[in-house]
Amino acid sequence: MTCLPEKTGKKLGLVIDLDICVGCHACVTSCKEWNTSGYSAPLSDFDPYGAEPDGAWLNRVHSYEIDNDHWKGTVHFPRSCLHCEDAACVTVCPTGASFKRAEDGIVLVNPDTCIGCKLCSWACPYGAREYDQDDGVMKKCTLCVDRIYNETLPEEDRQPACVRACPTGARAFGDLGDPASAVSQTVEDRGGFNLLEEFGYKPVNKYLPPRKGSDHAPAVPTTPTKTTGAPIEKLFAWADRALSR
Amino acid sequence: MHPAYSVILFTTSSGAGYGLLFWVSIALMAGDMSHTHWSFFFTFALAVALITVGLLASTFHLGHPERAWRALSQWRSSWLSREGVAALATYLPVGLLGLLSLLKITTGAEPFLALLCALGAVATVWCTGMIYASLRTIKEWNLTLVPVIYLALGAASGGLLMGLMTSILGGQNHWQGAATLLALGVALVLKLVYYRHIDSDDGTYTAAQALGMGTKGIRQIDPPHTRPNYVMREMGYDVARRHALRLRWLGLLCLVAVPLTLISLGILADLPMLLPYLFAVMAAGIGLMLERWLFFAEATHVAMLYYGAPRA
Repeated sequence: MTCLPEKTGKKLGLVIDLDICVGCHACVTSCKEWNTSGYSAPLSDFDPYGAEPDGAWLNRVHSYEIDNDHWKGTVHFPRSCLHCEDAACVTVCPTGASFKRAEDGIVLVNPDTCIGCKLCSWACPYGAREYDQDDGVMKKCTLCVDRIYNETLPEEDRQPACVRACPTGARAFGDLGDPASAVSQTVEDRGGFNLLEEFGYKPVNKYLPPRKGSDHAPAVPTTPTKTTGAPIEKLFAWADRALSR
Repeated sequence: MHPAYSVILFTTSSGAGYGLLFWVSIALMAGDMSHTHWSFFFTFALAVALITVGLLASTFHLGHPERAWRALSQWRSSWLSREGVAALATYLPVGLLGLLSLLKITTGAEPFLALLCALGAVATVWCTGMIYASLRTIKEWNLTLVPVIYLALGAASGGLLMGLMTSILGGQNHWQGAATLLALGVALVLKLVYYRHIDSDDGTYTAAQALGMGTKGIRQIDPPHTRPNYVMREMGYDVARRHALRLRWLGLLCLVAVPLTLISLGILADLPMLLPYLFAVMAAGIGLMLERWLFFAEATHVAMLYYGAPRA
């Protein structure tokens, strides 16, 4: 059913910290590794070692330079499905293959009923869906639905592969519908925000802004710093005078 | 947006087919045609053939065409599904009326069936336009004008085909030429308004908004992949501005100016209408393909903000 649920029990999603993401792409490769044999399997590649490598990936990391009134510097920017509350990718689907789960808000594609019309990818403002030309169906982030509830995995592994792989802890997973959850608290403390808020699709995933750094690069000192009168300084002062003669 | 040839063929062919279905049904209701006459049957059959070719073409770009029947299920939310339902529902009166015409049976229900055919044609073309107009991510499509243009172009191209068929098969149809000229004129005005509108809209959203960080000052320094991915190929298709302007004029010339001139001249000079309609249909076919190709090629997608587009 491609009508959206009126309310979801939980709002599972990711919180991505743009302050500490170093752009290493570990989340990208771990996502591909897990999902090419998981719910979204396969994530086909074409010509992977050739001149025109191409394939379906569920997570991409861009690097931008930002320079405006609020921020300056480099931003590494992971981009994947935001599991929107008002997900147009779900309502445009003609078959019901694209759906939002009422229990936890995860947006999924049923690979057995998707006809591969690509309309959902047209409806997504975030470019989060990628068509698998080999499999003939649309692929997207599953929030690792086959990990997070998987009781055959050790408890610490029951979170999305990207979160588990991040070496700097820039990604967190949790219930953003529960104001007391750790992720909601972090969003509250750090001023977490939505991508393209003005568009109004109410993404569940949140991004944390880079902390404010200095606006200027530190300058190289030009004048000597104050003297302490140590014997070694007297030696240097004598050498300076001798050489200046 | 990437202009897929199957989608161009689908929208132009089924649009003209539904336009022809509309006019032939109106002619039957008006008493200008009789369903027991072969001229009605062949005109009707051409409409059904164009519609069917178009609908089949629309399944060519699917990853799984064998699952296309599933697209009929989500009419509550999806315009694509509504289009499928409307198209299939229209086949019911079309099939019945076609059968009655083929077997030359008169039941008295023919005008009613023709009315259902005409309504089905309008509804289906409206749904086709709404598939595009409902996408908020593409500002060149997200306009009420879009389904109206689809209707006008369907009426114009169907009207030209109706004129061609009447001039081949014979029959009186004094109002048809005037209706077609009117539809061509309306289509021209709507397209000019449309082009003016999309040229004046630079886009509401910026790359910085896409990142949620202010409104300006974003530059992509390292892309996420070394070669274009699906999103860039599908959503990033861009036609050179200079070419787009030339193609717009060429499209409108073929689609409107040539048919309008030929048919006006033919009517005014009281010529046999076969050749004017034949050349008008050929020119309009080329013009329609150009118009539809541009409809896709000139459309820009918000997701391209992540790939270096400054505004969308």
